[in-house]
Amino acid sequence: MSPVLSVRNLAKSFGGIKAVQDVNFDVGKGEFLALIGPNGAGKTTCFNMLNGYLKPNTGSVKLNGKELLGTPPRKIWRLGVGRTFQITETFLSMTVLENIQMALISYHRRVFDLFSRATRLYVDEAMALLDLVNMSEQAQRACSELAYGDLKRLELAIALAHEPALLLMDEPTAGMAPSERIALMALTAEIVEREGVSVVFTEHDMDVVFAHSHRILVLNRGELIAEGTGEEIRANATVQEVYLGGGTLFEEELAHA
Amino acid sequence: MGFYFAQLLTGLANASSLFLIASGLSIIFGVTRIVNFAHGSFYMVGAYLAYTLVTTLNAGIFGFWFSVIAAALIVGVVGLLIELTILRRIYRAPELFQLVATFGVVLIFQDGTLAIWGAEDLLGPRAPGLDRAVRIMGEPIPEYDLALICIGPAVLLGIWLLFHKTRWGVLVRAATQDREMVAALGVNQAWLFSAAFVLGAFLAGLGGALQIPREAASLQMDLSIIGEAFVVVVIGGMGSVTGAFVAAVLISVLNAFAILIFPQISIVLPFIVMAVVLIVRPYGLFGKPGSEHGGTEEPDQPLRLMSNQASMILFAAVAMLALSPVVVAEFTTILLVDVMVATLFAVSLHFMMGIGGMVSFGHAAYFGVGAYAAALSVKLLGFSMIPAMIFGPIAAAAAALFFGWFCVRLSGVYLAMLTMAAAQILWGVTFQWQDFTGGDDGILGVWPAKWASSDQVYFYIAFVLCIGGIWFLRRVAHSPFGYTLRGIRDSKTRAEAIGVDTKFHQWMGFTLAGALAGLAGVIFAFSKGSVFPDSLGIAQSIDGLIMVLLGGIHALAGPIFGAVAFVMIEDWVTRLEYWRFIFGGIILVVVLLAPDGIAGGVQRLLRAVMPTKKGDAA
Repeated sequence: MSPVLSVRNLAKSFGGIKAVQDVNFDVGKGEFLALIGPNGAGKTTCFNMLNGYLKPNTGSVKLNGKELLGTPPRKIWRLGVGRTFQITETFLSMTVLENIQMALISYHRRVFDLFSRATRLYVDEAMALLDLVNMSEQAQRACSELAYGDLKRLELAIALAHEPALLLMDEPTAGMAPSERIALMALTAEIVEREGVSVVFTEHDMDVVFAHSHRILVLNRGELIAEGTGEEIRANATVQEVYLGGGTLFEEELAHA
Repeated sequence: MGFYFAQLLTGLANASSLFLIASGLSIIFGVTRIVNFAHGSFYMVGAYLAYTLVTTLNAGIFGFWFSVIAAALIVGVVGLLIELTILRRIYRAPELFQLVATFGVVLIFQDGTLAIWGAEDLLGPRAPGLDRAVRIMGEPIPEYDLALICIGPAVLLGIWLLFHKTRWGVLVRAATQDREMVAALGVNQAWLFSAAFVLGAFLAGLGGALQIPREAASLQMDLSIIGEAFVVVVIGGMGSVTGAFVAAVLISVLNAFAILIFPQISIVLPFIVMAVVLIVRPYGLFGKPGSEHGGTEEPDQPLRLMSNQASMILFAAVAMLALSPVVVAEFTTILLVDVMVATLFAVSLHFMMGIGGMVSFGHAAYFGVGAYAAALSVKLLGFSMIPAMIFGPIAAAAAALFFGWFCVRLSGVYLAMLTMAAAQILWGVTFQWQDFTGGDDGILGVWPAKWASSDQVYFYIAFVLCIGGIWFLRRVAHSPFGYTLRGIRDSKTRAEAIGVDTKFHQWMGFTLAGALAGLAGVIFAFSKGSVFPDSLGIAQSIDGLIMVLLGGIHALAGPIFGAVAFVMIEDWVTRLEYWRFIFGGIILVVVLLAPDGIAGGVQRLLRAVMPTKKGDAA
């Protein structure tokens, strides 16, 4: 089966610093892929090249055979890539439901409609999406009143609105309590499995990474140093070396997982 | 050669006083994020005070310089009083709301100055000891100009030392970069804000006082300098004192030479320079991206459709308005047309600012273009009323399309300043291009068609167009287009991430607001039978801004409340002596009572009244 996303020879340097060099990977349909690495490894740089915010020096990123590089973020979205942000980005002056309706309005290319009532459009579809993330009871609440964990779930629902082939999630659990993290990722995994979406996410929390990802890529100093399932990565000597220089913390993390 | 050198020196001398006022404005904005319209008033009062002190003391060199410093200090104290009594109470109000208060202060100062010093221009004596001219390369240069050329950099050095060598200065610079962080570090913000405001007022007063030997103190000083001072602050970068100095020199020297080639240009030159600088460097020469935003703001509440009760009240009000010409006197009918025109204008500005998040200090540009396009089409093309009424908004939309393309590339106060530059450029062209626009004399004889010439019939034309326009914009606010604009205002990143072309969308929103402002202008032109450059002047833009902010920027009904209140109160007070004083006072009272605008105040009032009613029923 051909991959949903294929990344080839991706490289980016800032001045003399090679932030990302020669990264290659594929994401299969329905695959849940984690991109991990210590701080400064190039995760965010890599991510921002996938979603169009940063232009790489070389390489290619293809979504179902279509080149994404050089495409502005809004067009990448239209090609079928949904995304969530490390710090949530939502429309705070709208209700929860309206936030989803906005994504649907844009998806159905009606942002220039001057006469319809925005709040009456795509209500059922929007409610169905809220149901997916178990937030239908909060549909009418102002987005500005939500707890942070709920904002994260709302973002997930927004990202799913245009039935994307691929979800990009940048540190989806950053800023959340440990129990919330697990719950959010379990929910994500469940939805992803049901809808057949592929996911690429970056993450610092190893519990989350090992619990849900099908495959893990480890970046260090801009290079891919390891790739494999949770088991394989845990056993990988290079990864242990890189992460903690043989320290003990990683062992503890492993014990947790 | 000598002549050009003399011209350069004149430019540099002008730069010094411009720098003094602009640096104060920049410091105040940097620390408190207040766009201080009263800064020109500080400058004016500084000049008048210095005049009085110099002529009363009449004590030679020492007396002169003592008077200048004393005048500046008094202005500093006045600034402190304003900060303590008014501004301190409204720092938590929505962004830019404080601007309304400073505008109230402008009005009060205008009449206060008139009451104390009278309407005559007052020309001070020459500075003792510096009252002659020296010959440099054969050209006579006033000694006082040379002194000014030294004073500018000296003050810059003084501020630099203050900001880099004292703890207070470091705090000021820190607050300019990140106000929240400074507050989080436990710095007493109230004290810091007051001090910054006093320093800014002192510098403005000093600038005014130093002008005394060069220029007569007059009641027009405040508004004539404020536009230019804003330009200098923006070119330099908001909050940057060094930037203000460089920009002041740039503008003044360019101006000194440009008037040799094209004398008419001096009115628009600063604004052209500002437009060019902002297009190339969106945050000014020395500004940084972070410096455009103030503290975090409460997000808007979600829009709700009107309740049945509110719809009924609105319907009744509109019906009453529709019937009014039958009942009320003729002059009231004319006043009501003014109210409707102002309301449509304010609603179109609110659409841009409140919904689109694009603050405009130059919305009158499109009002004026609409009015002039209609008038010119009548005069030059022989259009009758209806085609001219269609042509006006189209021309306004075209102008908004042109200037909007540049404006939507910026954000925050910089965007606002670019809209002001656009309006000032249009105003300057209209004012100077006598052959085409009639210049200051305007265009007369733009009357409605015969069938519409009675005040009552014209009232209904205005009624249909204004209410129609307001209804249309309200409808758009609730439409996907309006929601998308609000979405972009809330989060550009999210809007982009759901496939919205944010710049293009804002551009279209800008254009739509311009078209509707143009419609208001057209109705205005035919109701008055004439158009003058004032209709696209800065005062008209500020009026609109005050209506929107005073009404309450967070509510769709805000601009309606604001415009109705503004026009009605203005109509009433202008019959009185010292009406500016009274008007300014009223504005300050509203500002202090309702920091969330009239709409917010009314809502709070209703909420306070409603529960008791329910209680009674139960």
